[in-house]
This record gives sequence, C-alpha cells and structure tokens, in this order.
Amino acid sequence: MNKVAKDMEEALAGIGDGAVIAIGGFFAAGVPRLLLQALVRKGVKDLTLACGSGPLLGAKDELNTLLENNQIRKLIDSYGLFRSATKGGQHLLEQKVRAGEIELEVYPMGTLCEKYRMAGAGIPAFFIPVGAGAMVEETTITNIEGNRQKRETRIFDGQTCILEYPLKPDFALVHAHMGDEEGNLRYRKTARNFNHVMAMAARETIAEVENLVSAGDLDPETVHTPGIFVQKVVKVPRITFDITNL
Amino acid sequence: MKKYEGLPREIIALRVSKEIEDNSYVNLGIGIPTLVSNWLEGRDVILQSEIGMLKTGSLAEGDAIDQDLINASCQPVLEANGTVYFDICESFAMIRGGHVDVTVMGAFQVNESGDFASWLNPSRGLNGVGNIGGSMDLAVGAKKLFVAMEHTTNDGAPKIVRQLTYPATARKKVNMIFTDLAVIEVTNKGLLLKEIYPGLTAEDVQSVTEPRLIVAPDLREIEL
Repeated sequence: MNKVAKDMEEALAGIGDGAVIAIGGFFAAGVPRLLLQALVRKGVKDLTLACGSGPLLGAKDELNTLLENNQIRKLIDSYGLFRSATKGGQHLLEQKVRAGEIELEVYPMGTLCEKYRMAGAGIPAFFIPVGAGAMVEETTITNIEGNRQKRETRIFDGQTCILEYPLKPDFALVHAHMGDEEGNLRYRKTARNFNHVMAMAARETIAEVENLVSAGDLDPETVHTPGIFVQKVVKVPRITFDITNL
Repeated sequence: MKKYEGLPREIIALRVSKEIEDNSYVNLGIGIPTLVSNWLEGRDVILQSEIGMLKTGSLAEGDAIDQDLINASCQPVLEANGTVYFDICESFAMIRGGHVDVTVMGAFQVNESGDFASWLNPSRGLNGVGNIGGSMDLAVGAKKLFVAMEHTTNDGAPKIVRQLTYPATARKKVNMIFTDLAVIEVTNKGLLLKEIYPGLTAEDVQSVTEPRLIVAPDLREIEL
C-alpha cells in the first residue's frame, strides 16, 4: 500500500470549505506547521480547527495568516488563548473571539483527549468526572451564547459525572518524526502529544513526516501510530523555529 | 487595604518543595508551581508533565534546547536519566486515574471549603471562555492538591475568599495553600493557619484573608 502524496497540494486535495480539521501539537511541539502553511495557501474557508492544547499559539505565523484571511470559523481547544492577558488582548485571535467572529469552544484537556480517542475507538458516549462543580457541568463552554448546550450528568460512586460525546474530525493534520510509505508513524520526544489520538479520530489523517522510509524500515516494536489510522503521508524538511516565545 | 511584603515567588516555591515527600510523582502547573522544580534537584521526586513525559529534567538553555522537548508550560527542558514519553491519553490517564501523588497549581481564588478558581479571568472580557488546560483533570485526580499563589491581588484584595467570584475549577479539592504570607491547611473545620511570614502576626494575615482563620496552637514562622 502506498500512501505517499507527491506534494502538499495532493496531500490536502480532499479538504474543502467548512471542513472540521484536527491539528496535532501541544503549544510549539509537534505542530504540523508545513501542512498548516499549505492550508493557508489552499485558501479554504469556514474551517473548524479542532486542537488539543494551543498548537496554533505555537505556530503563530500560520495562525496570524489564517486569521487575516478569515479562514477560521471555529476553534476547539483546552488552552486556545495566549497566556498573558495583555499580549492576548492585543492579538487578532482574541479580538475575533471577543467580537464573536470566531467561536471558541473549550474543554478540559483530558476530556478532549478522550473525545478524540472515543471517536477513533468507536465508543458513542462516555461519563467523566472532570468539570463537576464547574461551569463545565452546566453547559458546553463557548463564547457564542446560543451554542451553549446543556449537559447531562449522572452520579457514579457518589461522584457527579458529565456525559460526553466523541469528537470526530473530517481530517487530522499530524506531524511525525518518521513515517513509512504505508503510514506507520513514530514521533519524537514530547512532539507526540495529541498527534497519535487525532490520527485515530479523523476520517482522513494526513501526516507530514520529517523522515520518510520504506515499509519494513521502521522497527515494528517502535511504531507509535499503526498505518491503519493514516491515509496520506507527505515528506517535509525539518524546520527550525523558536519554541521559547509563546 | 494594606498590602504586606512577603516571600518572593521563588521562596514560596521553596516552601512548597519542602511539603513534597520523597518517592512522589508530582505535576507542576504554570506560574509559581513551575518554580518548585528548581528546588527538587537531587530529590527522589519524579515530575509528570501532561504533554506526555515522566521524569522531566531541568530547564534547557542554549545549544541544549531541543524543539521536540518542552514541558507543559512550553519551556524547553532536558531529558533526565530514566525519562519516558507517552501520548496525551496515557498522560491524562495518569492524571485523572489518581496516579499522581501531588499536584501544585496557581489560582485566582481559593475558599475555605477548598474550592478554587484558576481558569477564567472574567475581566478579560471573553464572554465565558478561558484556558482550562489540564487544571480540572489534575484537580479531579490529585491525591494531594497544593495551591501556590500570592496572598492578595496586586491591589491588595484577598484571594482567599468566602465565596468564589471567579468561575470554579473544582470543588473541595485543595489541601494546602502556600502564599507569600502564610501556609494554610484546608481542614473540615476551616482554614488552619500554620505558618506565617516572619514579622507578621496572625491578625495581619487575617486582615488580608476573608474567611476566619483558625490559628494553629503551634503557629510558627514559615519554615524554609
């Protein structure tokens, strides 16, 4: 099986306006920046970007262009806003969220992980204790008031738990250190983070890989994401960037 | 309201580190908690970072910075002898599943029941959204939850309050509060003032704390 796309254009061929796209990465680590840059060039609009923990804060140039081009309709994240209120307040992202031009839907990080995992694992709902006693127990957390959904809860072992649902993106863009032509992936250090679970969750996963090898060249004991979860692989150079300026 | 000078942030972190027992797995949040790691060098304590790392090493600088190796506060870190990496679901299984012994977090407010608020600052004007990150997961799963913060806001308003005015992160979870002025234990009977900044009296600390403090019979200066 050969899943290698010859270029970025071919890799992103299936993505159209209105797509729900999971973006791997945790702040600056493991973000598929070259795929994001290709998404900018493609010019698709009305996108929902489903994140894990601030990958767009770690890919600020790409975020800025997506915002300037009005490509984003909605963000899903656990930590989607700049940490500093002063810096954040001046940023276009926060201005658009404040004005309601972009919807920001927020979940506790571990709940978000499980929403992706359940989507990949075929489990249609689950109960989770995280967020009990907080606003998370009342409604979904979003800046668009009309979109706040009332939550269902149930008590298990004396603990209030919230009914949660899977989050199944149309696409996932992930970044891996190594990948083979059949889509088996291996990540490096803390760049693994959300990439694996997002690859599991999406209908179509597109992986950018720094090192592309032939089937059989990855030690089968060290594959993190089996190729069955990956539909396209595209080779990218290893780019260097500043990770300290979040 | 009078604002007292107290411990610098680094020294609050030092005091927290003394409360962490050897052979503990510990998760440190953003802010003062991150500084606790500076005082754990050489201790038999393993740091869990929610990004997917156990045995997080010290901060990396210069040529030692690896762009694929950061902690959950986006700081470049080093590998330690025995570091392991894993994906985010496994990381939150550790956290939510009750495997982490001590979690240290910052907060905007804590009340006398051990409720705390840390994720949403209403004055940021973002119509009910903020950065939850891993805070609610960590609070649910922590065997012990320590809050490390300034005792008051920059304007001198108490952060230890009767009722939270900021949205809660979790309820009845905080075990101890470490501030620049005091060390306070959250007990069934209320807030127990155990240690205070040298030169202050229990009345001084009470004057910048909303709920009534129970003064420990063996109240002493903050132990460093």
